[in-house]
Amino acid sequence: MSEPFADLTPEQLHDLLHQMLLIRAFEESAEQLYLQGLMHGTMHLSIGQEGSAVGACAALRPTDYILSTHRGHGHCIAKGARVDQMMAEFFGKETGYCRGRGGSMHIADVTTGNLGANGIVAGGVPMAAGVGLSIQMQRQERVALVFFGDGATNEGAFHESLNLAAVWNLPVIYFCENNQYAMSMAIGRASKVEKLSDRAAAYGIPGVTVDGNDLVAVYTATQAAVARARSGGGPTLIEAQTYRWKGHSKSDKQRYRTKEEVKEWQERDPIARLVEKMFAAGLLTEAALNRRQAQVDAEIAEAIEFAKASPDPDPATILEGVYA
Amino acid sequence: MSRELTYAEAVREAIDLAMARDERVFLFGEDVGVYGGAFGVTDGLYQKYGPERVRDTPISEAIIAGVATGAALTGMRPIAEIQFMDFVTLSMEQLVLQAAKLRFMLGGKVEVPFVLRTPAGAGTGAAAQHSESLENWFVHVPGLKVVMPSTPADVKGLLLASIEDPNPVIFVEHKLLYRTKGVVPEGYYTTPLSQSEVKRTGCDLTIVATSLMVMRALEAATKLADEGIEVEVVDPRTLKPLDPAPIIQSVSKTGRVLIVHEAVKTGGFGGELAAVIAESEAFDYLDAPIRRLAGLDIPVPYNRELERRMVPQVDDIVTAARRLVREAR
Repeated sequence: MSEPFADLTPEQLHDLLHQMLLIRAFEESAEQLYLQGLMHGTMHLSIGQEGSAVGACAALRPTDYILSTHRGHGHCIAKGARVDQMMAEFFGKETGYCRGRGGSMHIADVTTGNLGANGIVAGGVPMAAGVGLSIQMQRQERVALVFFGDGATNEGAFHESLNLAAVWNLPVIYFCENNQYAMSMAIGRASKVEKLSDRAAAYGIPGVTVDGNDLVAVYTATQAAVARARSGGGPTLIEAQTYRWKGHSKSDKQRYRTKEEVKEWQERDPIARLVEKMFAAGLLTEAALNRRQAQVDAEIAEAIEFAKASPDPDPATILEGVYA
Repeated sequence: MSRELTYAEAVREAIDLAMARDERVFLFGEDVGVYGGAFGVTDGLYQKYGPERVRDTPISEAIIAGVATGAALTGMRPIAEIQFMDFVTLSMEQLVLQAAKLRFMLGGKVEVPFVLRTPAGAGTGAAAQHSESLENWFVHVPGLKVVMPSTPADVKGLLLASIEDPNPVIFVEHKLLYRTKGVVPEGYYTTPLSQSEVKRTGCDLTIVATSLMVMRALEAATKLADEGIEVEVVDPRTLKPLDPAPIIQSVSKTGRVLIVHEAVKTGGFGGELAAVIAESEAFDYLDAPIRRLAGLDIPVPYNRELERRMVPQVDDIVTAARRLVREAR
């Protein structure tokens, strides 16, 4: 790769940087609101993984589908969702994307092609094959990209889905965000292969491992997989190596990893890396970055205000939505 | 125009009509193509519609349910087949945690219109892992519909209604019903879901039965009529969402009810039916306790006689009905 930004234009780069900053600000705010007792339940933060969410979605069209994971806030924003309706969902409000019925773990925006986060590890992976088949049978130019974590690769459903997508040549991109831990289980203790993308060989499809904290590398790999899928070349398995800075969920004491390890990965911050690269290329100034950060902060503040001012679901509607 | 068809032919005709009518409908599952399905139900459809719309899958039940869900979510109308109902155990996550809940979890913004057809039941000597009747597991899951037809005419109309329905439908066929014959109207028609039907009228006792047990209950009713006992047979047809009114009405009239199903008794649909009746105004009309006749609480045995004894037979229904008519509360 000779070009440091592949075919991304400066405008696109600014937009992608904005998305990464927005995801981080959204999640940092959500965590604060949770700690203040303003949100209940739990949440799974993807702070540190913004490069893979944004890089992957950058290679997609608005009409393409994604299926997401329990750590799916970044995917949702990167696919084009509005942060105010997301925030409202986190507050359990009627104006939220799921009318307050889904919460963080089921956040979805079908209008932007996000078919939903998922509380089940590998839960979206079998459905992705169905979405791919639907695209293929309807002769659409779409693709389906399914995000899942390293933990999902050890579910039986992963095997069934990749095998079927391979034999039916489905337009699906299997995008593994390997953040090194399935809750507390280190990937090295859960899988004997050197790279998770090696598993692609078992299905006769291409597999590629990329630095998930390098936005451009993620974008480039996804772009190739998308092009293959769109032209009838079938599925690809992408492994993006990344790291979550926060615990698995809100109950995690993080006994399974060291502070040094976390610090080491924090030094590979996907946002800082893109910023430095853009500085070096003269595409971004300190002042412009500050302006953008201020813009992002204002967007989040507005989203929180919208969420707080929104009505709760009417208990009289509790039975709605079970059946169509 | 009507003519006689077997239950299996009626299923096939329904699939054929749905596929001819709606391009979004397709059929897939293990050996449904060239082979024609393990019970021959889909025979000829592959030849008529080709490999794209009649698809053989690898032996991967989780992905069959996943493909049905994902394709339904994005504009298709899949008909999935799980070869034996026992094998839905391998599909449960996608059915229960995804398909059933997606619409609700996503605030009512999606539809998941698919039909999962599967043959249930004992009586073929296939022993414990190919004879299950697991319908009540699905009755317990909000978001799924459960349909269990007993006659060729019903299976055709209910299957077409299920394919048109915008929700995931678990469509339970019975292996021993496949060869039974009955009058089936020609052409496209739907039999509405969630409508229980009185299959025979009588005034002494109500039998509420499902699937194959409806046929056995009707046979028992004929025998009992010779003894002067007039039995009313009610077939819920759709177990979820249940249409309780005809059941409650019938029990209010006869004052006695025997519930018959093939699935094992404990945790079976009969418990739900008994509760629905007991909680209704029919309770005031009961002249005897609500009785259930169901599968024994054992895995389905291989030996012919043991297998027969595990599942209610016509004579068992006759005996239970006779006893109940003599019983007083």
